[in-house]
Formats: sequence, C-alpha cells, structure tokens
Amino acid sequence: MSDIEIRRTVIEILGNIAPESNPALIDEKADVRAALDIDSMDFLNFMSTLHARLAVNIPEADYPKLSTIAGAVAYLGTKLRA
Amino acid sequence: MPSLGADMDAGTLVEWLKQPGDTVAKGDVVAVVETQKGAIEVESFLSGTVERLLIAPGTQVPVGTPLATIRTDDEAPGAARGMAPPAMPVPTVIPPLPRTQPAGPPALATERIRMRASPAARKLASERGIDLTSIAGTGPDGAVVLRDVERAAQVSPVPAPVPLVPEPAAIRRGFDSSEMRKAIAAAMSRSKREIPHYYLAHTFDFTPAGAWLQRLNAARPPAERVLPAALLVKSVAMALKSYPEFNGAYTAEGFRPSTAIHVGTAIAIRGGGLVAPAIHDADSKSVDETMATLRDLVARTRSGRLRSSEIFDPTITISSLGDRGVDGMLAVIYPPQVAIIAFGTPALRPWVVGAGIIPRTLITATLAADHRVSDGHRGALLLLEVERLLQQPEAL
Repeated sequence: MSDIEIRRTVIEILGNIAPESNPALIDEKADVRAALDIDSMDFLNFMSTLHARLAVNIPEADYPKLSTIAGAVAYLGTKLRA
Repeated sequence: MPSLGADMDAGTLVEWLKQPGDTVAKGDVVAVVETQKGAIEVESFLSGTVERLLIAPGTQVPVGTPLATIRTDDEAPGAARGMAPPAMPVPTVIPPLPRTQPAGPPALATERIRMRASPAARKLASERGIDLTSIAGTGPDGAVVLRDVERAAQVSPVPAPVPLVPEPAAIRRGFDSSEMRKAIAAAMSRSKREIPHYYLAHTFDFTPAGAWLQRLNAARPPAERVLPAALLVKSVAMALKSYPEFNGAYTAEGFRPSTAIHVGTAIAIRGGGLVAPAIHDADSKSVDETMATLRDLVARTRSGRLRSSEIFDPTITISSLGDRGVDGMLAVIYPPQVAIIAFGTPALRPWVVGAGIIPRTLITATLAADHRVSDGHRGALLLLEVERLLQQPEAL
C-alpha cells in the first residue's frame, strides 16, 4: 500500500469520526485530537478502525506517533512494509 | 410522553415502531420522540398488546400525555392502561394559547398541543378523532374538559378514524444545537436555583490504575481496550454502595435514595452540548462490560439514538474530561439527581511518597452534592473511597 493510499484511508476514517470537518484540509503536522476536537473514545475508535482496515497492530504506547496525519502515515507505512 | 430532562415540557412524536395488535415487552422500543436533546427511542414500561395509538406522528404533546394504550396480559380487552410515564413530576400547567386557530388548513401540531384540555378530554377526543381546536372549552380558562368532548361527540356520532398521517411540517429531525443549549440552560438554571450545592476536591495517585490499564490493554487489539473512564465509572458505582445519600432523586417529597446505581455519563456532542445517558446497574457490571456500554452509548449519542430509559434513569452523573483537558472541573448537579462527580485529566506531577518526591500520574476528583441531602463530611469519605478503590483496580 502506498503512502498516498494510507493517507487517504487515514483521512477517510478521521472524516467519519468528525463528520462536520474536512481532515484533508488540516495541517498534516497538527495534533488531530486538537484540530478535529477528537476525544479519548474517538481516538480509540480511530485506532480500532485503522487496525481493522490495515491489519496493523498498534500498541497503546505508540498512540503519540499517530496523533498527526503525517505521523500516522509514516508509522503505518513503516509497519506495512516491515 | 415521558419526561426526558429536568425541564422538558413537551416532545414531538416522530415515528411509531409498533402498531395496534403488536405484542410488546417491558423495555421494548415502541416509538421515536424528538426532544431538545435529539431523537430518543421511547421504551414501553408495560408488557402486553398495543391496543391503540393515541398520538399521530408529527404531533407535539406535553409531557405526561398518554401516547398509546397497552392491554396487559391479565386485562380484558378495553381495559387497557395508558402508556403515560410514571415517576418524574409532570407539569400540570400547559401554557395557554389564544384560541385563534381558524377552520381551513389543518392546525399545526405545535399549536394544537398548546390547547388547554384535560387529559380525559384529550383521550376521548383522540379516540373519537375529534379535533380539540374545534371544541369550545367550558373548563377553567376555557380549557376543554371531558363533557365538552362528549357533547361534541354526540354532535358527530360517527367516530372518525384517528388520523395517523404524518404532518411533515411538524416533523423536525436531526440535531438542533440551539435547542440543546436551551435544554442545558433550563436544567442548569433550575439546578442553581433549587439545589444548594457544596463542592469538594481531592487529588490522588492514579498511577496504579493507569499501569493496570496499560498491562490489560497491551495484550488486546484496540477494539477491546479499556479507557480510564470505564474504571472511573466502576469505582464510583462501587463506592456509592456505602454512600446512598449521593445516589437517587430529590423530588417534591424529598430525597428518594435509589437501590439501583445507574451512572449517567456525560458525553459531549459534536457541534456543542452534551447528554449524560445511564450505564445501568454500573455496580454489577465488570470493567469490560462498563467499557462496552460506554462505547455503545458514545456511538449512539453521536450518530444514533438513545433510549428513554438511558435518559430518564441516571441516579448520579459522572463527567470525565478525558485525556485532553485540565486538572479539575466543578460540575453542576443535574436535577433531580443530588450529586455529580467530575474527574480531571490525569497528569504526571511531582508527588511525595515516603520522604521523596517522585513523578506520579495524578487525577483530581471533584464532588458537587446537594446540601439538602448530605454534608461535606460524608462527601469527603465518598471521594476517599473512590481513591481507595482505584489503588486496587484489579479488584474492581
């Protein structure tokens, strides 16, 4: 899976969690929790959906690495190519 | 029409999910009602057979108005009981409205409900298909009473079918944030007017609970992980068993403690506002069951529908700021409850252990409680019990 496809998936999932916003337009390096007003349950759902869609194991300790769109794309790309 | 909020005085019936002849069990969802807090699924509080639907979709009716009649299994046909909700106080005064509705286009539902009419008059008028606005009332302030409807029924003896056609103009779907704000304003104003609050705060070590959650979640896929909020709900529910004066409702007759512990959990709504639906019997749910219920409630709050019992039943409320907040919150009690416990965001802070200062994850719990029912001394003991329980999370 290319980074472009990963990015599209990440943005689609975030868009479903925050339907009134457009995650494609936020700063790639912004904390999505602040930029999209995502709470603990939303973030857990973000992780659950990524896990289900991409079959990537995401330990809790790695959550901070996925708190931005750029970070999530890099993290998932590395895991998927490993 | 059940009361689904401290200051809800009317609701609009949106949809019937059961029809006459259908069997219903207590707790079955029978209808969808639009309130200031969005669409709510109304559950039956009786078991039996739906006999008659009294209210047409699209109609706004005051709280306490029977929506349908249900024949319970041990009743003869015709002896059906109204599905009016029990418990919550029902406003007895329906705001009067000038009787100016002319003949011609059908009256808007919102205007019809403001007619003053006795419940018996409404029931008979509905059964006979008589438009209440067409009747001149002879009761107090021109209210339509039973004899007025009986007289009108004699004039038109052929019972017209009960209109069950939706009036689209009156059906308002979707979430209205200004209505939500009004509902919060009304409930919180009532709270601050009527409830003599007192407040307590207690900061304690959340490290053991956080570490226990980390170990639990490490072996689980994200979909099965547990958030701190579930642990907080469970610890409060367990603590309340020894402190019943914080769990229940304050009514016209005074405080009524509840043996069941239904923990209302404040959930923010995207776009503004919040609701606090119940995690029923939270003291007897495991941490995993509590988390599953919480997950379901959050999902339905944001993109589905809550059930009337979830809105109606909380005996206490918990508000947790989650992982992106501040140290503490002084919350406002949701009437008719008598207490609310808030948790701030757990944070790494310096803490004295023995003779040393070490970094620990701390959390601040606050209690706002009703001085008509309890005192600060007992409130302090309740918060200490929550702290004690969270030092041994594995026992929860």
